[in-house]
Amino acid sequence: MTTTGLRITSPFSSDEFRVKVGLAEMLKGGVIMDVVNADQAKLAEDAGAAAVMALERVPADIRRDGGVARMSPVSKIREIEAAVSIPVMAKCRIGHLAEARVLEALAVDFIDESEVLTPADEENHVYKHDFKVPFVCGCRNLGEALRRIGEGAAMIRTKGEAGTGDIVHAVRHLREVARQMKSLTLLTKDEWMAAAKNLQAPFELVVWVAEHGRLPVPNFAAGGIATPADAALCRMLGAEAVFVGSGIFKSSDPAKRARAIVEATTHFLDPARIAKASEDLGEGMKGIEAAKLAEGDLLQTRGW
Amino acid sequence: MIGVLALQGDFEAHLDALGRAGVAAREVRDAEEVLASTGLVIPGGESTTFRRLMEGTGIEEAIRAVAGRGDPVLGTCAGAILLARDVEGPRAASLGLLPMTVVRNAYGRQLDSAVVRLTDLARGVLGGESLEAVFIRAPRIASVDPSVEILARRDGDPVLVRQGNVTAATFHPELTEDRRVVDVFLSGRAST
Repeated sequence: MTTTGLRITSPFSSDEFRVKVGLAEMLKGGVIMDVVNADQAKLAEDAGAAAVMALERVPADIRRDGGVARMSPVSKIREIEAAVSIPVMAKCRIGHLAEARVLEALAVDFIDESEVLTPADEENHVYKHDFKVPFVCGCRNLGEALRRIGEGAAMIRTKGEAGTGDIVHAVRHLREVARQMKSLTLLTKDEWMAAAKNLQAPFELVVWVAEHGRLPVPNFAAGGIATPADAALCRMLGAEAVFVGSGIFKSSDPAKRARAIVEATTHFLDPARIAKASEDLGEGMKGIEAAKLAEGDLLQTRGW
Repeated sequence: MIGVLALQGDFEAHLDALGRAGVAAREVRDAEEVLASTGLVIPGGESTTFRRLMEGTGIEEAIRAVAGRGDPVLGTCAGAILLARDVEGPRAASLGLLPMTVVRNAYGRQLDSAVVRLTDLARGVLGGESLEAVFIRAPRIASVDPSVEILARRDGDPVLVRQGNVTAATFHPELTEDRRVVDVFLSGRAST
């Protein structure tokens, strides 16, 4: 009779997970821009985007037109991959294992399992450790972030409220995650399990955050960024990079605005440079005040 | 003080790695700060983004000045692309501080990124122990001038090279605990 003792191997210490987080590290300080075709992707690359996100429709159009929002058509993804040399990300629906596998087969560089698309599963997300391609997922709070990392996400982005051009929810989610991380660092070890219970988050990840005061993977921001100052604000609040969706291609001069947002994201601590970048940008996206949206119209409540 | 170019990319990882090696370093974002550095790191990230953010700032001239006066310069991945004389895949402008040709994304997309233990090393410089190297959407050094020292190879391709005070790695030494590449970078001396 033998007792082998408790041996737990963690997928987080694998070379595969290091390489996934490694790509996320390379995107820090950058802007990831939503694009729907090769022309927009090229414009984004020329403006200095660190990556592009391929999707069927930008969130503002999903909001306006309604209907089921799905993964981008395969031909569009191939066209975008052929058009640019920077990383290409693409969105799949929450829990849609098959869309995720198709995106992996297309060799996209990152998959965004995104609340912006219509969820395919009302309870479960994709088990992301089983994929070779890295995933990013949205969150509104620390518990949600750590659940997604537990499933294997190599990057987290706060959700904000996509397609509104209103930054208020991005700010709320960034502040919430920062506050909850800070609170964890003040706890004694005896309090960690209760914290994990309250956060509904994996214990080991709660301990990691309590000891380090930050997320174990890069922490970016998304949802409602429409101006260079919006991007700078997210960086000031701790976001290590930003995703911009409708804010660029729903404005009157996308190329100029895209460059200005790239500039402001890098020089977020230099107000004079943000001011200069913000000059003569033309009309921003009109936007929708997020507070006026009905509960059922919110995208951020999708994800479990 | 060593400057780490902090326009975009994994500059924090470089600052951490230098910190672990006991080397004082700070983020630099404009020409003046680059010139005030006693050595410079150009991190990983996207080389097209770096170039866009350097336009009209004088940073390129400042980097050439730092290299020209003999201070050590290290470029990793995107940084190595910027240091190269010729860039392909697609063709792009660069600083031309190392006489070599680099092909972007030559190993494929993210699915082809990998951690590799390099054993084909210049033992006189790096010692005999294998070197852990993290390759992420890595560029490939297609050819180098005979004056460039090849310090490490992966399947025959040069992946760590040096000419005098300018060092380039197509992988990310900043994402490992091994400090040998930091030592190579800091010991770089102008060859003239």
